[in-house]
Amino acid sequence: MTTSLNTASNARPTAPAADACLSLQDVSISYGNGKNIAVNHVFMEIPKGKVTAFIGPSGCGKSTVLRALNRMNDLIEGCTLSGRVLFDGHDLYDRRVDPVEVRRRIGMVFQKPNPFPKSIYENIAFGARINGFRGDMDELVESSLRKAALWDEAKDKLKESGFSLSGGQQQRLCIARTIAVEPEVILMDEPCSALDPISTLKIEETMHELKKTFTIVIVTHNMQQATRVSDLTGFFNVTSLPDLDGKVGCLEEFGETERIFNSPAQQATQDYVSGRFG
Amino acid sequence: MASPARRPSLSNIRSLHRKPKLPRNRWNGFFTFLAGLFAVIVVLPLVLVLAYVVIKGGSMMSLSLLTELPPAPGMTGGGIGNAILGTLIVSLIAALIAIPVGVGGGIYLAEYSKSGAFASFVRFGTNVLSGVPSIICGVFVYGLIVATRIFFDQSYSAIAGGIALSVLMLPTIIKTTDEGLKLVPQELRWGAIGVGASKFVTITHITLPTAFKPIATGIVLSIARAAGETAPLIFTALFSPFWPEGLFSPIASMSVLIYNFAIMPYDVQIALAWATSFVLVMMILVMNIFARYVGSFNKI
Repeated sequence: MTTSLNTASNARPTAPAADACLSLQDVSISYGNGKNIAVNHVFMEIPKGKVTAFIGPSGCGKSTVLRALNRMNDLIEGCTLSGRVLFDGHDLYDRRVDPVEVRRRIGMVFQKPNPFPKSIYENIAFGARINGFRGDMDELVESSLRKAALWDEAKDKLKESGFSLSGGQQQRLCIARTIAVEPEVILMDEPCSALDPISTLKIEETMHELKKTFTIVIVTHNMQQATRVSDLTGFFNVTSLPDLDGKVGCLEEFGETERIFNSPAQQATQDYVSGRFG
Repeated sequence: MASPARRPSLSNIRSLHRKPKLPRNRWNGFFTFLAGLFAVIVVLPLVLVLAYVVIKGGSMMSLSLLTELPPAPGMTGGGIGNAILGTLIVSLIAALIAIPVGVGGGIYLAEYSKSGAFASFVRFGTNVLSGVPSIICGVFVYGLIVATRIFFDQSYSAIAGGIALSVLMLPTIIKTTDEGLKLVPQELRWGAIGVGASKFVTITHITLPTAFKPIATGIVLSIARAAGETAPLIFTALFSPFWPEGLFSPIASMSVLIYNFAIMPYDVQIALAWATSFVLVMMILVMNIFARYVGSFNKI
């Protein structure tokens, strides 16, 4: 943990960069009312309009950190966070912040495709409607489906159930649903782990389109995927701290994807990206 | 004795054909028969009750039976129109009270309570309530509403009957709502919350519609159960030989009509009690079938 403080990204933890979209400052998250620390002392600047990937072995807290970015962890009983998460300079965990508003501006796509038990059209219209969208809904549905590269496959069955789509299509429907709300950031929690390689490829192509308009943060177990889609990569690792029970996750290294994979500063990163452990 | 050398010859001696005389096959057959026999005994009461009621009461079916008032003792003709209407009214009152409260309680347990002491207390209380004998519910509402004349100085009333039945319906509705909502995958809630839905919108637009089937089935079954109850109504709705006069007056119901008429010394009344049994059983049967239909119908 002390070593991670030396990395370039953590050099100025309190002064967010001008283009930083999300800024994590000394974030520690624990479950069970502070009993089990999941991840400790994370400093990170996630820039606007880029794809940032979180990689690391299981249990290193990368999904936990991701879920902290739009206050999804609020739904887990006994999950507490210390430190600050700044979104455009505003502390997301400020007492006055409404988590519902946060999630409208920072959308999320989950590991398992979870379309609503409604028609494809309604799946997309739902989020927009509850956000007070007053415009041409047909147009919004079409543009969202187009951005998620699902329009050609779904245009003839908009009235059919979201479950009538294949797994990969369902996941793109979930992405379209998130886009329709027009958030600023899209968080993706291993969006391709339940999909076959062809669907994965399609989703990655979608992400390349999406990063023109959105800031994307993606958690992935697939290192090739991280190199293919991301501009920056954060490597999380599990360490055992002498003064704490059990294992604790921490951000080992964070930087340009190219540097992380080709010339990482940390030995652990080198070992992980070359497949020596994890 | 089972040396490898002898194996080939052994397999030649032993045929692969089934021998019914073997003890294992005999026991097998015996227990299959026994299980089948018990299964028949289980459905026998249902078949017998239905058959008996159909034979005794079904023959009386006519339009006048369903639309006319019961005759005065000693007279002939007449029907059970007021009792059918009364049962519908009392069940409707019970449903109007029990559905919002029960579904609301179920939503609280499944969606809002954080497995705290209060929630487990409510769950335990619900289980206890479902075991309370129906006559106790009747006496309870009698003491609370009828004896105190709380509604416009009226004692026995349709409202009191409806409240007594709603107490009986509550545990079923709470439990089926709670369990139905728990079956909704957590990912669906996350999905809705992830696109910026508030908890209220998530519940009303996503979780409740998804759990519609089990909840609706539970509601229909609880109404069917309550519609046939007698004990709580004797103390609360009483009975009336006339058409319903209002929600705050005594009201006829099929179950109490059966109870009253079956022990009368007049053949006409006894026959009417049988006819009422037939109508009541058919109504409950239809509601049970409807509950299955609700359970099977697929909304996207």
